[in-house]
Amino acid sequence: MSRSSRRLVSVLAAATVVSTIAACGGGDSGGGGGGGGGGGENEASDIGVTEDSIKLGAHFPLTGVAAPGYSEIPTGVQAYFDYVNENGGIYDRQIEYIYRDDAYNPTNTSTVVNQLVLEDEVFAIVGGLGTPTHSAVLDFLNAEGVPDLFVSSGSLLWGEDPETNPYTFGWQTDYESEGKIIGEYIANEFPDAKVGLFLQDDDFGEDGEAGIREYIDDQIVAAERYTPGNTNVGPQIAALQAAGADFVVGFNVPSYTALSQLTALQLGYKPQWFYSNVGSDPNLVGSLLGRFSQGAVSDASLLDGALTTGYLPTVDMTDNPWIQQFQEIWDASGQEGELTNYRVYGMAMAYTTVQALQAAGQNPTRDGLVEAIEQVGADWEGPLFAPFRYSEESHMGTSGMTIERISGNGSEEVQPVRITDLGEDISEFDGEATTPPENGIPEEEAYEG
Amino acid sequence: MSDLQNSPSTAGQVTDEAPVAATAAANAPSAAATTGRTLLPQSTLLRHLVLLLLGAVAAVVILEITDPFTNSQLATLSFYAIAAGGLTVLTGMNGQISLGHGALMAVGAYTTALLLQEPDGALPLPLILLISVVMATVVGALVGVAAARLHGPYLAGATLALAVGLPGLAIYFHDFLGGEQGLRVRAPRAPESFESFIGLVSGANATSTKWLAYVGAICLLITYFLLANLVRSRIGRTWRAIRDQDVAAELAGINLGAWRVLAFVVSAAAAGLAGSVLALVVRLAAPSGFTLVLSLSLLTAIVIGGLGSLLGALLGSALLVFLPPWVTDRGIDFGLNNTEAAQLAPFVYGVVLIVAMIFAPGGFVGTVRLRWMTQKAKRAAAARAAAGSSGG
Amino acid sequence: MQQFVNVTLTGLTQGLIYAAFALALVLIWRSTRIVNFAQGSMAAATTFIALALIQAGYSYWLALVVSLASGFVLGAIIERVIIRPVEGGNELNAVIVALGLFVALQALIAIIFGSSFQSFPAPFGLEGFQIGGNRVAFTPNSLYIFGAVVVTMLLLVALFRFTRVGLAMRASAFSQEVSRLLGVKVGGMLTLGWGLAAVVGSLSGLLIAGGGFVYPAYMDSLIVFGFVAAIIGGLDSPIGAIVGGLILGLALSYISGYAPRGSALVTISALVILMVVLLVRPGGLFSSTTARRA
Repeated sequence: MSRSSRRLVSVLAAATVVSTIAACGGGDSGGGGGGGGGGGENEASDIGVTEDSIKLGAHFPLTGVAAPGYSEIPTGVQAYFDYVNENGGIYDRQIEYIYRDDAYNPTNTSTVVNQLVLEDEVFAIVGGLGTPTHSAVLDFLNAEGVPDLFVSSGSLLWGEDPETNPYTFGWQTDYESEGKIIGEYIANEFPDAKVGLFLQDDDFGEDGEAGIREYIDDQIVAAERYTPGNTNVGPQIAALQAAGADFVVGFNVPSYTALSQLTALQLGYKPQWFYSNVGSDPNLVGSLLGRFSQGAVSDASLLDGALTTGYLPTVDMTDNPWIQQFQEIWDASGQEGELTNYRVYGMAMAYTTVQALQAAGQNPTRDGLVEAIEQVGADWEGPLFAPFRYSEESHMGTSGMTIERISGNGSEEVQPVRITDLGEDISEFDGEATTPPENGIPEEEAYEG
Repeated sequence: MSDLQNSPSTAGQVTDEAPVAATAAANAPSAAATTGRTLLPQSTLLRHLVLLLLGAVAAVVILEITDPFTNSQLATLSFYAIAAGGLTVLTGMNGQISLGHGALMAVGAYTTALLLQEPDGALPLPLILLISVVMATVVGALVGVAAARLHGPYLAGATLALAVGLPGLAIYFHDFLGGEQGLRVRAPRAPESFESFIGLVSGANATSTKWLAYVGAICLLITYFLLANLVRSRIGRTWRAIRDQDVAAELAGINLGAWRVLAFVVSAAAAGLAGSVLALVVRLAAPSGFTLVLSLSLLTAIVIGGLGSLLGALLGSALLVFLPPWVTDRGIDFGLNNTEAAQLAPFVYGVVLIVAMIFAPGGFVGTVRLRWMTQKAKRAAAARAAAGSSGG
Repeated sequence: MQQFVNVTLTGLTQGLIYAAFALALVLIWRSTRIVNFAQGSMAAATTFIALALIQAGYSYWLALVVSLASGFVLGAIIERVIIRPVEGGNELNAVIVALGLFVALQALIAIIFGSSFQSFPAPFGLEGFQIGGNRVAFTPNSLYIFGAVVVTMLLLVALFRFTRVGLAMRASAFSQEVSRLLGVKVGGMLTLGWGLAAVVGSLSGLLIAGGGFVYPAYMDSLIVFGFVAAIIGGLDSPIGAIVGGLILGLALSYISGYAPRGSALVTISALVILMVVLLVRPGGLFSSTTARRA
């Protein structure tokens, strides 16, 4: 009882703040983001917001062991923001994006986020990466009232408890929901499979396992865990083989997808593989494994036929309009390197960020931004296959996934998008596939509260 | 804070029970530690008390004139400096290398995190800090006993394995220690007296960042005060004797093993306190916060600052905290993008280490001291020469 | 039974990789009495040179030769320019210089070659040999690693035992003053020692990379295990490095394969194994002399 009543009070308080500010802001500033504001004038409405700029910050591993792959995400974000800026910014404000290196060490995360919030004075943190790293700053950001948007991790921490962490929002499908969708698929399509799990020994593997076990607990014959940094996975793969698993689900990072494939190759072990979204990236892993094959491996593409999930178009889908749009933006950005799935991830997240900033109105405030996401975020259409679950009760990100079969460097859909939520069953998603707006920039209405 | 004041008693008790053989060391001439050339009091204890007071005033002034981000950097500096101070005792005074002090910090950090899991019913903060120190001391004693037999690269290798191995336990006992994700720490709120103190001193906002910076500063001052006294005491002299002339020290009846263990225990206590402060400041105890990099950084700090000097440990820690962000920001100023600037920071840091060791092998403090003494000698020589020529 | 065989074989392969790294550490220790923490970064640098050649279309073997040669040059230059000024001083200073080099080189690799994952080809097959209808976890490439490590070890033993240069190198490391008096060009020997060690290091980098990923920090985890292997073996003995590497690789593989959630116990087990060995023999398994007092 007391819980819910306290909630109500806090929501009312937030709503009051927003409506007061909206009133101050000068009423209807309806127009979209692309071309500029409507009625009122731009004001320095909150920390990090000036008349002509808005400052956002993020932490990523740019050096060290976790840098490969992950360090590409912010370059994608940057490319998209640059594109938005060239096209007039958001309400004529240029987005200033500062990302700092934490080397995937929570001590450094704490330092750089302090710097972003206290020295750089950013309006919001967007897309901070990693579960242990970001949980070091979770309390700080919420205590300081800094919007903490779209954390780059599928942990449940970011979205399941908005009462404790009112400023934090998840973005990608959480690992548990992904596990459920995978489990349901196996129960339907492979009811006789003897399933082995290959899990990273942390919350990623744990949440995924919990989701899968909701559907196929009795089919699982072995669950093997590896610790990141320990590159010998021979014992784990050999144990899965010895347990007679003919279907292996991996909740692992991409480098361990390749390691598990190489080890299985050594052992002549050929189960049906299913890699979770994080670990699959057929483009990355496929090209890595393809390279080994020069004069060594007879089978050109080891990953061929493996199953995976998707919540976002990938670079191999060259006829997907979002990918075409992102490819254009990336090519125009002049940054080094190819468009990769990490960069697509970054650009898609930047797209959602622009939607959120537009919804927060012409003169956004931190609380107003949070309020806007809670109220209208679930309606946004974007590159993601399924909508977000944002509401006052939940800050969980997107809710659904497709299941795809990898062939070559691409993939084909074997099950359309299905959606779910914590503690809920899985259901079919009845929405249509979206296409990007004309100029690739969203035009969300300002949420007036 | 009274509990904090008691923390020396752990170290104190150990020293009281120091090997009987140590009495032999007492016969060694009590070196003229006091130079008598300063304005400070003659008595070591009194002098250190005056320095402690000056340090406290300086800490308040610095924390009140700097911005909130610098405050948070100073909090970070405090836990590096506490651990580096302890390592100075071990490596600088006693000559034992340790590449594993990050693991001992992890012990302190996890103890604090566990004690703060229920923030409402938690123990008072000084007691939590003290228990963390005790836990790290116990682990340090175990490690010290094993390490006392080892020398040079063998000790380095063993402590290196410790640095990597111990934090791995947190993943194995994930139900209890939170696994890879770590244990989140809710730092206790500042007492009201703190708010009124800040209001009195500067009228600034008594934020949690500021409070943690003060906690760090207080711990740092107390640690350095205790270590400084220890170093100047009979115990410190015995350690140095073992470092410089272990055979002679043994002949003099000093039980080398016991004294080496004691050095490990004292430095482990400091590492435990440092880890405890780290957990409060970072708000998390997770294995990825206690990588090998942390242990190696501590060693770097004490050598760059000037081996064997507490001031050096402090300066070396400051380099760790302030250099990388400074380089990153300069990189951005020069038009690098964020990624390039981030990659530049470790490069410059590494080059600074190499250049410093080549051109200032005594570290910062050692080099300055050497300069000063050379100049003094030159002046003396010049004076003698002048006296000689006038006399002739 | 089949699992036991496979756990053993993967442990053996992993142990060979530790041994390769440990060999380079032993060589540098023998020739300059410095533990080279920069070994990993130096090896990564030459591996990236090899990768650049392979990506430009040259053969693995040419890349191997160029990589080893550049390793020699890199090692010699580093000794002359960076290590020489701190040699003979406080041993910690040399450790810090090596750490500085480790950090700076790794950053430099990231700046030049980027920090993304890249795959490194193996010269031989990656499918296990077929034995009695089952594939076992030992591949043609494992055999290549095995051969390369053993040959390197034999060459090192021969160098130190049967050649004048090897003797001079050992003498220079042991006592510079005496060696100088005996007419040994100490400076040259130290440079040679670093150069050779870097060659072995480069080889280990290539062996580890083959059929796996490289990125600037890919050698990081090996620094610890390679160092532990070298110390288990006694730090002074090439044979010890191999034995130490194999013991460590096998033991960790068994723990990983048979203890519940064993993968998480690997790092702490390395510590326990090392401590047990050092408590029994404080100088490692193959220490030729009892611990000396300086």
